[in-house]
Amino acid sequence: MSLLEPSDAKQIAEMVSWVVAEGDTLEIVAGGTKRALGRPMKTDHVLDVSRLAGVVEYEAAELVLTAQPGEPLALINAELAKKRQILAFEPPDWRALLGAEGEQTLGGVIACNLAGSRRVRAGSARDYILGFSAVNGFGEIWKAGGKVVKNVTGYDMCKLQAGAYGTLSALTEVTIKVMPKPETACTVVLHGLADEVAIPVLANALNSPFEVSGAAHLPATAARRSKVSVVAAGLGAATVMRLEGPRPSVVYRTTALESLVGRGARLNEAETEAFWSEVGAVQPFLAQGSRIVWRLCPTPSQAPSVVHSILSALQSAEFYFDWGGGLIWLSLDSEEAGPDAGAGIVRPVVKTAGGHATLVVAPEAIRASVPVFEPLSAGLAQLTARVKSGFDPRGVLNPGRMQEGP
Amino acid sequence: MPEPDRAVLGRRAEIVKALRRIVPGEGVIDHERELRAFESDGLTAYRQPPMVAVLPETTAQVVEVMRYCAANKVKVVPRGAGTSLSGGALPLADGVLLAMGKFNKILDVDVANRCVVAQPGVTNLGITHAVQGLGLYYAPDPSSQIACTIGGNVAENSGGVHCLKYGLTTNNVIGIEMVTIEGEIVRLGGKHFDAAGYDLLGVMVGSEGMLGVVTEVTVRILPKPPGARALLIGFSTVEGAGDCVADVIGGGIIPGGMEIMDRPAVAAAEAFVHAGYPLDCEALLIVELDGCEAEVDHLTAEVETIAERHGATSCRTSQSEAERLLFWAGRKAAFPAVGRISPDYYCMDGTIPRREIGRVLQQMKQMEARFGLRVANVFHAGDGNLHPLILYDANKPGELDRAEEFGSEILRLCVRVGGVLTGEHGVGIEKRDLMDTMFNEIDLNQQQRLKCAFDSDSLLNPGKVFPQLCRCAELGRMHVHAGKVAFPDLPRF
Repeated sequence: MSLLEPSDAKQIAEMVSWVVAEGDTLEIVAGGTKRALGRPMKTDHVLDVSRLAGVVEYEAAELVLTAQPGEPLALINAELAKKRQILAFEPPDWRALLGAEGEQTLGGVIACNLAGSRRVRAGSARDYILGFSAVNGFGEIWKAGGKVVKNVTGYDMCKLQAGAYGTLSALTEVTIKVMPKPETACTVVLHGLADEVAIPVLANALNSPFEVSGAAHLPATAARRSKVSVVAAGLGAATVMRLEGPRPSVVYRTTALESLVGRGARLNEAETEAFWSEVGAVQPFLAQGSRIVWRLCPTPSQAPSVVHSILSALQSAEFYFDWGGGLIWLSLDSEEAGPDAGAGIVRPVVKTAGGHATLVVAPEAIRASVPVFEPLSAGLAQLTARVKSGFDPRGVLNPGRMQEGP
Repeated sequence: MPEPDRAVLGRRAEIVKALRRIVPGEGVIDHERELRAFESDGLTAYRQPPMVAVLPETTAQVVEVMRYCAANKVKVVPRGAGTSLSGGALPLADGVLLAMGKFNKILDVDVANRCVVAQPGVTNLGITHAVQGLGLYYAPDPSSQIACTIGGNVAENSGGVHCLKYGLTTNNVIGIEMVTIEGEIVRLGGKHFDAAGYDLLGVMVGSEGMLGVVTEVTVRILPKPPGARALLIGFSTVEGAGDCVADVIGGGIIPGGMEIMDRPAVAAAEAFVHAGYPLDCEALLIVELDGCEAEVDHLTAEVETIAERHGATSCRTSQSEAERLLFWAGRKAAFPAVGRISPDYYCMDGTIPRREIGRVLQQMKQMEARFGLRVANVFHAGDGNLHPLILYDANKPGELDRAEEFGSEILRLCVRVGGVLTGEHGVGIEKRDLMDTMFNEIDLNQQQRLKCAFDSDSLLNPGKVFPQLCRCAELGRMHVHAGKVAFPDLPRF
C-alpha cells in the first residue's frame, strides 16, 4: 500500500495508469473529512490530491470560480466573501457528524453532491458545476463543460461527476457558478406545531411568493438542543422558515409570511446564521450516545407519515425535517437498530413514500454489510454498471464506495 | 449524415408492417407526402424525410417500438414539436421518426410537493397554464414556449431569458420516466430530492435524444413573483452596456432577465413592434427585476444608479404591466423582426465570458466585411449567451454557404475567447463538426463511451452531436502498457 501525492493532473494520470497496470485499486482523498461517508473500502493505494489546491481563476462579475479539487472550502468561502458572494448550495459541514477532522475541500463537496438548507430554493452542488477536468480509469486526462454559466455543448458530464463519489474520475480542476451573498437574512419561528401540521405549513410557505430559502421543522427533542435560545426556549417543536435578500425586501416579506403562516418568534441575522448552520451540520440535534444516523429523502408531503411509521417500530427514533419535509434526519439507538441498522424497517417505509434512504453514520462493519445508498432497481443497476465501465472499466477508482462490487 | 443503410431501406415495407402491429390506425405514417411534414425541425436548412414516422400513444407502444428497432437494428430519431434550432430532430432516411406529440396530457398537479407530472408532448407553456390559477408557474421559458414540448426541453436542456436567475431545464426537472433502446422502462428521480446512484437524470437532460426516449416528466413549479418591472437603458457603445451588466451582477443583483440588443436589432425590432425603443443608441439593455414590490422598488433604484454611472444615454422604467410587456415585445419579436429586413437569417448561439463582449463584437464587424453579410445581435447579457443573427438571402447563389461559414467562424471565436459553442440550442447536426474546437479526441471518446452505456449499437439519433459515429467496442478497449509505468519524480511513501 502506498500513499500517492500528486501535484498536478499529469502525475495523477501517470499514477492511475500505473495502478491499472499493476491491477491495483485506488482510494481518492483530499481533506479526508468524508471518508466515513459511503461504503468502507479496502484499496491498494491512496491517492491524496491535497496538493492540487488553489483558486485558478475567479471572476466575480461573471459568477465563475475555477479551483483545484484539494482547495479547502474555507479558503474558497473566504475568497468569495471578499466580493460578497457565496456558494448558493450552502455545503453543510458534516465533520462533527462523521467524526472527522481536517479541512473540507471543494472536490469532496462535489464528489458527494452535498447541499444545505437552501436546496429548496437554490439546488444542490450538481446545479453549480459548470465544467471540470479529471483523470478517468483509463489514466486519461479529460474535460467537460466550460467556464461560462450557460452551456449545453455535449452531454452534461458535470451532473454525472457530482455525486459519483470519485468512482468515475478523479477531479483535477473544477469550475463552479457562484452567486451574490444575500444582503441580509431573517428567520420566522413557529412554536408547538405537530409534524403533520408543520409540513403543510412549510409547503404553503414554499409555495408563497415570499422566496423562502430554508424550511425546517424540529420536533421538541431536537429544538431543545439548539444553541439558539429563541428556538430552544420555545418549549416545544419549532417550525422555521428563512428569508434572504435585500433589506427592504426581507423586512416586507417577513411580515407578509407571518400574515400567511401565523406570527411567531423571529431570529435576527446572527441567530439565523447560527441556527441554519446547526441544521446543516446535523450533529447538534443528535442525542448523546451511540447512534445510527439515516438521511431520508421522501416525497416531501409524505414526511410526517414516514416518521410515524418508523416510530411505531423503533421507539428510540429521533428526527428532524429540512427541505420542507424533503429531507429527514433520523437517528436511532444502535442497539435497538440492530445489525442491519434498522434498514429493514426504514427502507420499505421510505420507498413506499416515494424516495430513498442513505445510511450516513454507522460502524464500519455495518456499512460494509448494509447497503449505504438505496439499492437500485435491476435495470438501473445494469445501466449504472455500464456507465461505470465506460469511465473505469477495471474498477480502479474508489471501488465499492457506492455499492458492492467494482 | 451517415450513409443510409440499404439493407434497412430494402426492408421498409416489412418494418412498416411490424410497426403497424404495434401502433394501429393512423399512428404509423409511411406516405411520402405526409412524411414531408416531418422533414425538418427549426433548422430548416437541413431537410430529410424519415423512412417512416410513428406516433405512439402509450408507453407500452414506445417500449414495443424500441424493442423492435433494437432487435432489427433500425435507427430511431425522437421528436417533440420539432422546434429545435440545431437539427436535433432531423430525421434519417433509414430511420424511424418517433413523434411524441400524442403524449399531451398533464398527469398530476401536486401543489404540496411543488411539482407537475406531464407527458413529454405537453408544451412548455402548457405546464404553466395548468398551474397559473394557483399563482404558480414553470420557470424555463425558451422563446418557442408556445409550441415546444417539455420532452424536447429535456432533450435539449432548454433555457430562456429567465434562466440566469431561475436555471435551465436541468435545474427544474426533478424526475423522468424513459424508455431505453432495448425497451426497458427506467425511472430517474421523482417527486423527492436527489436520487440514489449516479445522476443519470442530469445526464439525460440535454442528451439530445441520443440516450433514451422520455415518456414522462416531473418538473418543479415555482410561485410566480408578485411583481416585475423592466428598464430600457440605452448606451453609446456595446461595451458600455456590457460593463453595466457586470456591475449589476457584481453589485449582487441577479435580475429576472437581462438582454442586450445592438443597433441593427433595435432598429428592426422597433420598426416591427413600436415598443418605444431609443433609436439613437448603439446598444439597448433591457433589465427586468422581479419579486415583491419592496424588492423591485429597491433594485430598480440601484440599477438606475449603476446605469447612470456607466453613462447611459437614456433610461426608462416601465410604469405599468402593459408597458413592461411592450418593452419585452420588441425583444421577443427580434427574430421575426430581423426576418422582415432580410429574406433569411441564421441564428447562432455561442456563449462567451461577458468581459469579452467588446472584442467579440469588434471581430464580428470585421467578419461582416469579409463575408459580405450583415449581423444583428441579441444577447442574453446576464449569462453571456450570444445570438448573432446572420442576414442572408438563400436565393442568391452561395449566400447560405457563406452564412454557415460565417456562423462557424463566430463560434470558433467564442471558443477562442474562453466560451462555448452552444448556450441553449444544442449541438445537433449544426455544430457537430465544430465539437473538436472545444474538445479533444479523449474528451469526445469519453462522451461517446457514455453513449455506449445507454445505446451500444448507436441506434438512437445517430449522426448528431459527435463528428464521428460511435464505435463502442473499440472505445471500451483498455490499453494496458506492458511492464510497470514508473513515475520517478514523484514522492511515494
